[in-house]
Amino acid sequence: MATDTQPATHSDAAHDDAHEEHWSDLSYIKLAIALALVTALEIAMSYTIGFWGPLFIPVLLLLMVVKFMAVVLFFMHLKFDNRLFSIMFYMGLILAIVVYFIALLTFRFFDA
Amino acid sequence: MADTAVHAATDHGHDDHGTHHTTTGLSNNKLAMWLFLGSECLLFGGLISTYMLYRGRHSENLGPDQLWDIPFTSASSFVLLMSSLTMVLAVTAAKRRDDRNTSLWLTVTAMLGALFVAGQIYEFTVFYREGLGFTTSLFSSSFYTLTGFHGVHVTVGVIMLLSVVGILMKRRTGEDKSELVEMVGLYWHFVDIVWILIFTLVYLIPA
Repeated sequence: MATDTQPATHSDAAHDDAHEEHWSDLSYIKLAIALALVTALEIAMSYTIGFWGPLFIPVLLLLMVVKFMAVVLFFMHLKFDNRLFSIMFYMGLILAIVVYFIALLTFRFFDA
Repeated sequence: MADTAVHAATDHGHDDHGTHHTTTGLSNNKLAMWLFLGSECLLFGGLISTYMLYRGRHSENLGPDQLWDIPFTSASSFVLLMSSLTMVLAVTAAKRRDDRNTSLWLTVTAMLGALFVAGQIYEFTVFYREGLGFTTSLFSSSFYTLTGFHGVHVTVGVIMLLSVVGILMKRRTGEDKSELVEMVGLYWHFVDIVWILIFTLVYLIPA
């Protein structure tokens, strides 16, 4: 089959993949420091649960999502890469979230 | 004409401008890696959900509140987070075709990964000595399965990193190995984001 050897017909996709935006090493170091600070905040929160009250879990989950997305978008370059890569990854991620959220609902996990 | 076409393309199926000779114009290897990582979300989603369901099913003195050593686990998390930085530095060095720095950062990443795995083995040993075996409770089974699977992924990642270093040392010709390094980098960052979830959901949120 010629599918793997023929020149690209989707020139836009090829263009996107070839000309992804590049960060400097310093930008990555700054992001890593920011992520380390967010982690430090999470740890500090776990020692001061009483202070945060009912906001403790929502804020902790929010910080977790921020760290997760920062690594995916910038360290893994998904923000700059072709959309098809994002679709491949988010398809699995969203499917996992929906399936296991329903599974946990079925087991009455959120009732308490 | 034919000779020109052959020289324009490298052994990774893309020319000097980074354009891939595929129907999508994208690297099939990279597409497959992202699809694989998407499927891995389902694996770890299942393991995390199972842990969340069973985290309260333990005896009174062998639960998360008695066992967790947050300062130690925080240090491990920091090590893995910094390994993501060294990995991305390896990828940028590979894109510059700087083999020396690529090998250096890949080796540092592998060492940080090995340090994380060593910390996990130490943690498991401490828990086991406290009396928490794999079949002690539903909590222990789900905890060891989740964190053990993650540890195996990190170990596989370390082996992959060292293999790439070996390949780079063997072929010091300045040819483009950036896609190979990027593939391993994607896998490594995925291992890191899974730990970001585990650290918050398992260790920081009280049972």
